[in-house]
Amino acid sequence: MTRITRRSFNKMAGALGATAAMSLAGYPRMAAAASPRVVVVGGGFGGATLARYLHGFDSNIKMTLIEQSKSFVTCPFSNTVIAGMNKIDRVTHGYDGLRGLGIDVVHDTATGIDPAKKTVSLKGGGTLAYDRLVLSPGIAFKWDAIEGYDEKASGSIPHAWKAGPQTVLLRKQLEAMPDGGVFIISPPVNPFRCPPGPAERVSLVANYFKTHKPRSKILVLDPKEKFSKQGLFTEGWKQLYPGMIDYINLSNDGKVVRVDVKGMTLHTDFAEHKGDVINFIPPQKAGAIAEAAGLTNDSGWCPIDQRTFESTVHKGIHVIGDTSIASPMPKSGFAANTQAKVCAAALAAMLKGEDPGTPKFVNTCYSLVAPDYGISVAMVYGFDQGKIVKIKGSGGLSPSGAPAAVRKREADYARGWYDSITREMFA
Amino acid sequence: MRHIGKALFIATVGVLALSGPVMAEEASSAVLANTCFSCHGPDGKSAGAMPWIAGKSTDYITKVMIDFKTGAMDSTVMQRIAKGFSDDEIKALAQYFSTK
Repeated sequence: MTRITRRSFNKMAGALGATAAMSLAGYPRMAAAASPRVVVVGGGFGGATLARYLHGFDSNIKMTLIEQSKSFVTCPFSNTVIAGMNKIDRVTHGYDGLRGLGIDVVHDTATGIDPAKKTVSLKGGGTLAYDRLVLSPGIAFKWDAIEGYDEKASGSIPHAWKAGPQTVLLRKQLEAMPDGGVFIISPPVNPFRCPPGPAERVSLVANYFKTHKPRSKILVLDPKEKFSKQGLFTEGWKQLYPGMIDYINLSNDGKVVRVDVKGMTLHTDFAEHKGDVINFIPPQKAGAIAEAAGLTNDSGWCPIDQRTFESTVHKGIHVIGDTSIASPMPKSGFAANTQAKVCAAALAAMLKGEDPGTPKFVNTCYSLVAPDYGISVAMVYGFDQGKIVKIKGSGGLSPSGAPAAVRKREADYARGWYDSITREMFA
Repeated sequence: MRHIGKALFIATVGVLALSGPVMAEEASSAVLANTCFSCHGPDGKSAGAMPWIAGKSTDYITKVMIDFKTGAMDSTVMQRIAKGFSDDEIKALAQYFSTK
């Protein structure tokens, strides 16, 4: 408490001055907007959370959530469906909870944005006016970035990186695969949605094979040198699935350069790998509406003011979740959820002409190596000099070599996290 | 200087308590608490295996969080998360959840 020094006092005092100035200049009160209109595009971890929290901060706001699907299938825990541990219903959530709060949920697709007129046009023909717009459309795939893999190809070689019918398709293919078959998975280059996701998928499919098709093999063809939580996953694979998983990284010719759908073969620079079931996850970019609205930069993602998530391209539009450049945060459902809360607090304040406040974020990514074997990576983020920063000393990985009881607790907590966050968003 | 610091601390806590405008580099107690809900449920009312923290006393939450930070208490992920919060932030969180 006495750690506040003259320097930090001056810093704070300066910030207060800046705050007052910003209230006047940077964050003007919405003129004559008794009930401000906020339109949210995308009803996933970012959008659904934002709608709920913004309503909680100020129920006077007239909110419309545009989501193309009648229900939301979460990518988190969709690997348990692919591995046969859960049915798709377990990861499917409806919008009645949000409707019950008075939020207008419209099942349509946003096709264009006019940032000057502040309107969103819909595929169904309508146009919605907004005072503030929030985009949380998730990822889009770079079809054709890899020769032979386009949207049509995903009908037989699924990506299963947007949960739903693709998840079910991959599950059916694995069920139909004979014992002794080869399952190939090829993750994308960075950055992509859910960095530990491919290795969790490998783990849970291995668990399914171990119990149902023990002579089968899994081949991972990675266009990167390493992957998230690699040490922990590798430790688990050695212990639980010895000899089943073969991981090939970039240096060892792991980069797929051509997909042969008919021949069920992935070609690298120097080899070809035939699979009985193939899961090809293509490289990714910002959701289509963000790109259509010109909100992306050369990286393919949306640059933002990391305090408010307001686009640095067009004022009045906020971008959260996978589509935004919120580095050093990863692209994860948890990250989108925590960003949505910060963005909602900022928006509620800005709509009243107040200072948007200071962000604080937590991200914890749980992965299941087996149904009772969980691992995690966590990080706490603060805000310093206009940027999201990792809080020094916080975060990190589950310990290596931990006893089975610890892995079991983390697996239970993974399920507990899923139950809490999905209830938070959709109940 | 010590007096300035103390006065400022009181002013800061006052601002936090009112959930009013927040000074730079310090998140409001609502923003802080929101980070906990993703696992522990809205207002700390957990839906499943995660510990329920709503309504626990300020002293209890403060002690547990500090013990996570120092490693005095065993945990899976909380020792990694508690280290991301200052002692003042932990106090603000403890106060928030004790009233829920």
